[in-house]
Amino acid sequence: MSKTYETVIGLEVHVELATKTKIFCGCSTAFGAEPNAHTCPVCTGMPGSLPVLNKQVVEYATAVGLATNCKITQYNKFDRKNYFYPDNPQNYQISQLYLPICRDGKVEIETENGKKFIGIHEIHMEEDAGKLIHDEWDDCSLVDYNRSGVPLIEIVSEPDMRSAEEVIAYLEKLRLIIQYLGASDCKLNEGSMRADVNLSVREAGAAEFGTRTEMKNLNSFKAISRAIENERERQIDLIEEGKSVTQETRRWDDNKGYSYAMRSKEDAQDYRYFPDPDLTPVVISDEWIEEIKSRQPEFRDEKKARYIKEFGLPEYDADIITLYKKMADMFEETTAICKLPKKVSNYLMGETMKLLKAANKEPDELSFSPENLAKLIMLAENGTINGSVAKDVFKKIFEEDIDPEKYVEENGLKMDNDEEGLKATIEEIVAKNPQSVEDYKNGKDKAIGFLVGQTMKATGGKANPGVINKILKEILSR
Amino acid sequence: MSILDYTATTLAAKIKAGEISAIEATKAVLEQIEKTEELYNCYVTIDKDGALKQAEEIQSKIESGELVSPLAGVPVAIKDNICTEGMLTTCSSKILGNFVPTFSAEVVENLKKAGAVIIGKTNMDEFAMGSTTETSAYGVTRNPKNPEHVPGGSSGGSAAAVAANECFYALGSDTGGSIRQPAGYCGVVGMKPTYSTVSRYGLIAYGSSLDQIGPLCKDVTDCATILDIISSHDTKDSTSVGKKTDYTKALVNDVKGMKIGIPRDYFGDGLDSEVKKAVLNAAKVLESRGAILEEFDLGLVEYAIPAYYTIAAAEASSNLERFDGIKYGYRTEEFSDLHNMYKKTRSEGFGAEVKRRIMLGSFVLSSGYYDAYYLKALKVKALIKKAFDDAFSKYDVILGPVAPTTAPKLGESLSDPIKMYLGDIYTISINLAGLPAISLPCGIASNGLPIGLQLIGDCYKENNIIQTAYTYEQAGKED
Amino acid sequence: MANIISDETIDYVGILAKLELSAEEKEQAKKDMESMLDYIDKLNELDTTGVEPMSHVFQVNNVFREDVVTNGDDRENILKNAPEEKNGMFNVPKTFD
Repeated sequence: MSKTYETVIGLEVHVELATKTKIFCGCSTAFGAEPNAHTCPVCTGMPGSLPVLNKQVVEYATAVGLATNCKITQYNKFDRKNYFYPDNPQNYQISQLYLPICRDGKVEIETENGKKFIGIHEIHMEEDAGKLIHDEWDDCSLVDYNRSGVPLIEIVSEPDMRSAEEVIAYLEKLRLIIQYLGASDCKLNEGSMRADVNLSVREAGAAEFGTRTEMKNLNSFKAISRAIENERERQIDLIEEGKSVTQETRRWDDNKGYSYAMRSKEDAQDYRYFPDPDLTPVVISDEWIEEIKSRQPEFRDEKKARYIKEFGLPEYDADIITLYKKMADMFEETTAICKLPKKVSNYLMGETMKLLKAANKEPDELSFSPENLAKLIMLAENGTINGSVAKDVFKKIFEEDIDPEKYVEENGLKMDNDEEGLKATIEEIVAKNPQSVEDYKNGKDKAIGFLVGQTMKATGGKANPGVINKILKEILSR
Repeated sequence: MSILDYTATTLAAKIKAGEISAIEATKAVLEQIEKTEELYNCYVTIDKDGALKQAEEIQSKIESGELVSPLAGVPVAIKDNICTEGMLTTCSSKILGNFVPTFSAEVVENLKKAGAVIIGKTNMDEFAMGSTTETSAYGVTRNPKNPEHVPGGSSGGSAAAVAANECFYALGSDTGGSIRQPAGYCGVVGMKPTYSTVSRYGLIAYGSSLDQIGPLCKDVTDCATILDIISSHDTKDSTSVGKKTDYTKALVNDVKGMKIGIPRDYFGDGLDSEVKKAVLNAAKVLESRGAILEEFDLGLVEYAIPAYYTIAAAEASSNLERFDGIKYGYRTEEFSDLHNMYKKTRSEGFGAEVKRRIMLGSFVLSSGYYDAYYLKALKVKALIKKAFDDAFSKYDVILGPVAPTTAPKLGESLSDPIKMYLGDIYTISINLAGLPAISLPCGIASNGLPIGLQLIGDCYKENNIIQTAYTYEQAGKED
Repeated sequence: MANIISDETIDYVGILAKLELSAEEKEQAKKDMESMLDYIDKLNELDTTGVEPMSHVFQVNNVFREDVVTNGDDRENILKNAPEEKNGMFNVPKTFD
């Protein structure tokens, strides 16, 4: 007889903050530099160097804490977490253990099973490590400290999740909040958002939690789902076989679809935390909290409600458009110019999404200007160009952010409204396609589409489709 | 009178007046080094050519009027745990035996701006851990007052270099007495400023919450003058506050009404009777100049050492983790894997005393012991600070010995670490409480070795101890 | 109270501190640590109930930098002291994640 098990999941989410400089020195955080080009004595642990805290890190961490309903710790300290590893130049990481900046928060998620709150145990500030690259040629490893000292916040949830769906809903929620704050771009695949999954199983109805494992190296939602399913089954199998689950850290291999324990006798997991004597306490006053609060943006849920109310968008549209802040910004800025919210929404949900997908890009990588999209919508709306030309021009805007007015002018794409000329063209096409005419007369309405298409082709796509239809019907009904 | 007998400020005045050139002064020091360095071993690195080149540049800047600092052109020695760009900085350890910093400590920058001629880097106890300069990987330094004895430590090289006229003044660092005790043993003036007064940027950390850079020099005037130059608010050091006043303003020969507390607990068992007599004698001299003396019980003195060694070892164990054979310094020749490389590099690179403190520090921070040892020590530190706060509500200055005895013989101390640590009993609590304190000569014992007097002030009240020390020093000249 | 430090403890602390001690050094380390801990135990004579642990002596708070890039490419200096370097990076023994 098989028992039913409940999966209990808590998440440790690391988010790289979008500061211009590192947490404790004035080195750039920009991606793409030559190895070690963005380093200095501080972030490479040179003897004699000392850390000085980047104020923006405190502001971002506080803003995320407020947006996730946390209590802000007004007297903060930094602690050293001591462990030897080559990506960690001082062999201690500056983090917060005893007095993390945020505690006791919660966010609401929604899955098919309805809404629920996920508790946030704490959020703390810390520094990122460098990057280790394996060198096959010399069979050694190489260290690049460009990422060393990039500011992170670690968001530690309560063990409130019960399924991969809930985990993903929670991560999406965090991503939306943090992106709306501008505190990070939160990309799992690029490592600016990283989730470690703490998972245990227990018999349904049991009061105590089971022994948990921590899963690392999860770089996509898909990997997270697979790893959760795999680990759940692995733990249930162990229990069913009468064995016990070992509390350990495991690494997920997404190519092979399994995880393995990261164990070493040299890894004592005893971090000897103590307050970092090189940094002074951070005191966050009521005034400072109020100031950060007053700067909080409109978050997704409010924005969505406003789009429905203010712009009359269908809920479906509002839902999709607010899924990325960049998209929502684009919507609002474009609508402010052309005053045609539904048309803007259609462009963003339809053509934009299609082109993004084709280009393998994320919505936050949109790079065209709202002015040009607005101009295009107005050109189509006032009949200067027809729908199919608009589509082509939009592709140009999407790719190169061209000015549609100029582009239409220069390429002679204005709609052709010359009815007499059009009539002659259509007469010719009808004469050449007797079969289609026959079909139409036999009630096959589709046949007219073919004739419209032929006309469009003959006019280089510039004809007004409404006018074509009108003339065609006149001719065919003769 | 030889050039070498001048104090730093006197020399600078003569250079400014054109009576002596910075080049002559530098040459005089280098000649003295030729004569005595082989015996005393004050330096790890001597930069003869660099020093002469600096002297020439500085001399022309002084002549052109570009440099007007009160120490321009004066040769200085720098403790080997203070980073000097382009000049070997070893902390007297094998693990940094080849380390050439790519930036200079803020104090070194301050000295350079003031026209100092940097002669070289002075020997010390490895990573400043020790009280005798015998734990150096580059040989022991001998006390110029008697080469059979230690110069004290950890800034023993700096103190000895000043005492041996191998420089005109030196910088040291003081974590538990490392400036004041060797100054006392070598018969020179040394001062540990209030924590946060001198930037720690570029000082290779031992106990970050206790370390402070300060001067070792020939008299109190030099001490105040150097402190004026090296203290600064440095935005690269989060714990830096900087200068609160001009220290040379306190060079006033007057202690009328100055309230001096004499802690009975500093004069109990373990204090050598000659040292006791000399120190109390100094108190009487100050009383004769108008100071008001009062004995009192400071309390907690015997708890300072265990609290200090817990905190300092804990911080050191973490501060010294960065020496791992990857980014700089020594790396072991052969190893099987990463962790083996770490272990071999560190075991071969560090000396016994450093390893002892790293082990202790790692232990007191380890899981299950943090509260019992480390947190307990931090609480005791709070009590010690409170005891000093209470004392300074009554007194302007606290007066006592620097060390229980005069300089021990070479080789006597290292065999029993706890006995060695006990030698720090009068200096260590000052670091725990972050206070300023000065050490100055107050007599010669029958063994011919100097005795040190310690004057302790409240936070940022350096001027009280400078004024008291200056008055005492002047009294010696008058009597 | 006399502290006893076992071989296991010394080995464990050696792993934490990344120090490899010879048999002789280990015996010495045990003795040293025992006597130091006996000495440190003296602190327990003091009642510290209700005392806040003091990590910083001074009440200096909120020392910040503004979020402005001040450092340029300083690779050459950063790598200058490296025992081994390759392709602008620090060379380390093979390391698995």
